[in-house]
Amino acid sequence: MNEVLMKVQDLSKYFTIDTDWRGKPVSVLKAVDEVSLTINKGEAFGLVGESGCGKTTLGKILVNLYSPTSGKIFFEGKELSALNKKQRRSYCKDIQMIFQDPYASLNPRMTVGDIIAEPIIINKLLPMSEVEERVIFLLNCVGLARHQRNRFPHEFSGGQRQRVGIARALAVEPKLIVCDEPVSALDVSIQAQVLNLLDDLKEEFKLTYLFIAHGLGVVKHISDRVGVMYLGKLVEIAPKKELYANPLNPYTQALLSAIPVINSEKKERIILKGDVPSPINPPAGCRFSSRCFKEFEPCKLNTPKLKEVSPGHWVACHLF
Amino acid sequence: MLLEVKNLRTEFKLKRGTVRAVDDVSFTIDKGEILAIVGESGSGKSVTSLSLMGLIQKPGGVAGGEILFKSQDLSKLSQKELQEIRGNKISMIFQEPMTSLNPVWRIKDQIMENIMTHMKMSKKEALARTVEMLDTVGIPSPAERANDYPHQMSGGMRQRVMTAMALSCEPDLLIADEPTTALDVTIQAQILELLYQMREKFNMAVLLITHDLGVVYEAADRVIVMYCGKIVEEADVKTLFEQPQHPYTVGLLQSIPQIDNESDEHLFMIKGMVPNPLHMPPGCSFSDRCDRCMERCTKEMPELQEINGHKVRCFLYDKAEEGELSAK
Ligand SMILES: Nc1ncnc2c1ncn2[C@@H]1O[C@H](COP(=O)(O)OP(=O)(O)OP(=O)(O)O)[C@@H](O)[C@H]1O
Ligand SMILES: Nc1ncnc2c1ncn2[C@@H]1O[C@H](COP(=O)(O)OP(=O)(O)O)[C@@H](O)[C@H]1O
Ligand code: SF4
Ligand code: SF4
Ligand SMILES: [Mg+2]
Ligand SMILES: [Mg+2]
Repeated sequence: MNEVLMKVQDLSKYFTIDTDWRGKPVSVLKAVDEVSLTINKGEAFGLVGESGCGKTTLGKILVNLYSPTSGKIFFEGKELSALNKKQRRSYCKDIQMIFQDPYASLNPRMTVGDIIAEPIIINKLLPMSEVEERVIFLLNCVGLARHQRNRFPHEFSGGQRQRVGIARALAVEPKLIVCDEPVSALDVSIQAQVLNLLDDLKEEFKLTYLFIAHGLGVVKHISDRVGVMYLGKLVEIAPKKELYANPLNPYTQALLSAIPVINSEKKERIILKGDVPSPINPPAGCRFSSRCFKEFEPCKLNTPKLKEVSPGHWVACHLF
Repeated sequence: MLLEVKNLRTEFKLKRGTVRAVDDVSFTIDKGEILAIVGESGSGKSVTSLSLMGLIQKPGGVAGGEILFKSQDLSKLSQKELQEIRGNKISMIFQEPMTSLNPVWRIKDQIMENIMTHMKMSKKEALARTVEMLDTVGIPSPAERANDYPHQMSGGMRQRVMTAMALSCEPDLLIADEPTTALDVTIQAQILELLYQMREKFNMAVLLITHDLGVVYEAADRVIVMYCGKIVEEADVKTLFEQPQHPYTVGLLQSIPQIDNESDEHLFMIKGMVPNPLHMPPGCSFSDRCDRCMERCTKEMPELQEINGHKVRCFLYDKAEEGELSAK
């Protein structure tokens, strides 16, 4: 049943922040550090974590906008670095990304119709005579009207622009879409509209999602499985219900408890001390050790590895 | 009563027309109370708070109403008199602390400047108080970090510094405009906890402006819901969340993905979007999105009516016809 669509093995992306006079890196930022995960066909994999923890960087590696420093990516069983030019082009078409900022991600000088048509034309997916019809179809799919194709992005609201971004991603009939915080910049009443749309499109086009968010609320609604990141590391992966009912990593527990919830009892909060440390000089051992309320002897010495503690529930923490 | 705002109207005169950003808004805040204003972007939250402080820039301006702070009408004061009150009796913290801290001044100089403008203190005393305030808001090694420039601090720390500065003269009222929106959830939890403690410690009142209903539920005593520049509902926090009445409030509450919700069903959606302030629908401003809209709603604007402290602006709850505040 669970057919693996994408598998990521020990994937890292280091950015060089500073070099010495020979051009040798002296300061390195480990944005993504030895991350491994699998995404099954047809599922929505949620990825959460606070800003700067590496979510977007991971997404950009998957859509080939960054090349990884090390590690392997398998898509439909084939390793990415082993692909020839033609296969690589097809990979780039199969994996699309929707961006966090619906304002910055659309070319302001192109009409919305041209923005959606562009990837169809570049990838020669349809004869020119059929492109317009396809654009109108895609606009309808995302809840926009055909006459809106002649307008420019600035004439649209944030939610509508996000719809255009979704239509552009759908244009090349991708298999996997990396949704990078697609609703974070939108108002509450518009967020629900876009989330429902993404849900519907997933069914209709048989899509798989990597859904990135900083809030566990949004991710819970849309995901089947959820991974939690902290400073470049995956610290927990579990099926959605399991993760929310039984979070094991102390960071996941704190993240869950920090969300203001609307219900009749106000809950006890885990208030973490301090700030998220800089990824340039992360704490030794477990990267959460400087803020962890359960930190004990081994934490500052060794980095915990992801372990499967019950079927499908993985956690990286010395307590387990 | 600490603050009483009566029929406040703030307008922006643009070439294409006049935007009434705050339209006949009235509310009160008591000593030690946390009053939240919620609403979507553009609903008039920030303009309300800036109007209170006399900080509306041209082409905008307060076009009517009274702002009674300890019975003194702030809207009649000169900029100089207002400056006396700002940062002293009323302080403000903003969404993006970087824009309100001066990037070329050390943290300590900015806080000390504020203290020395408003309190009779020597430089030495002001420095001691600065360090004390930084410690109160949870900056580790406050004496050393006081020498930092704003860019040397993280977003959460800058928000704490802003808070320390805002609290340094023990204001009676703190206006916090989206104080946690730019922050991560674990840092947001720290800042909200801090506001709460400060209220307890100084019996300070807080006007908390946010679009996050979760934050409101956790932090506020009373809530005002704004839509298109108008108050559409007001109640104490428990009543508002348990018995919301305005269709907009009801819709907002239903459309938030909740982590304690087990269903995989579609989220509730409010259709459409906030109208363009230059092209408001006639009648009730929510009528083009409301699924209970009646014929009358597209012709007249409902009044804000009050029963037992719960205010709502909607024809479904028309006191004149019903005799009490209950849905037809
Ligand atoms: N300088 C300005 N010139 C013209 N119109 C303005 C100006 N500032 C605010 N407005 C208008 O006033 C209304 C209320 O704006 P305000 O900034 O108070 O909204 P808000 O609720 O704080 O939204 P957000 O959450 O986006 O900050 C909006 O329609 C806005 O476009
Ligand atoms: N092009 C880049 N050069 C240097 N550092 C980068 C670059 N892109 C991202 N980073 C850093 O990598 C870390 C992870 O970034 P990102 O993946 O964007 O985080 P987020 O989880 O907020 O999406 C951050 O510390 C960020 O500053
Ligand atoms: S390994 Fe130690 S520091 Fe890290 S999360 Fe577990 S208990 Fe906390
Ligand atoms: S007055 Fe009418 S349109 Fe406005 S909120 Fe009430 S029912 Fe809806
Ligand atoms: Mg990001
Ligand atoms: Mg605002």
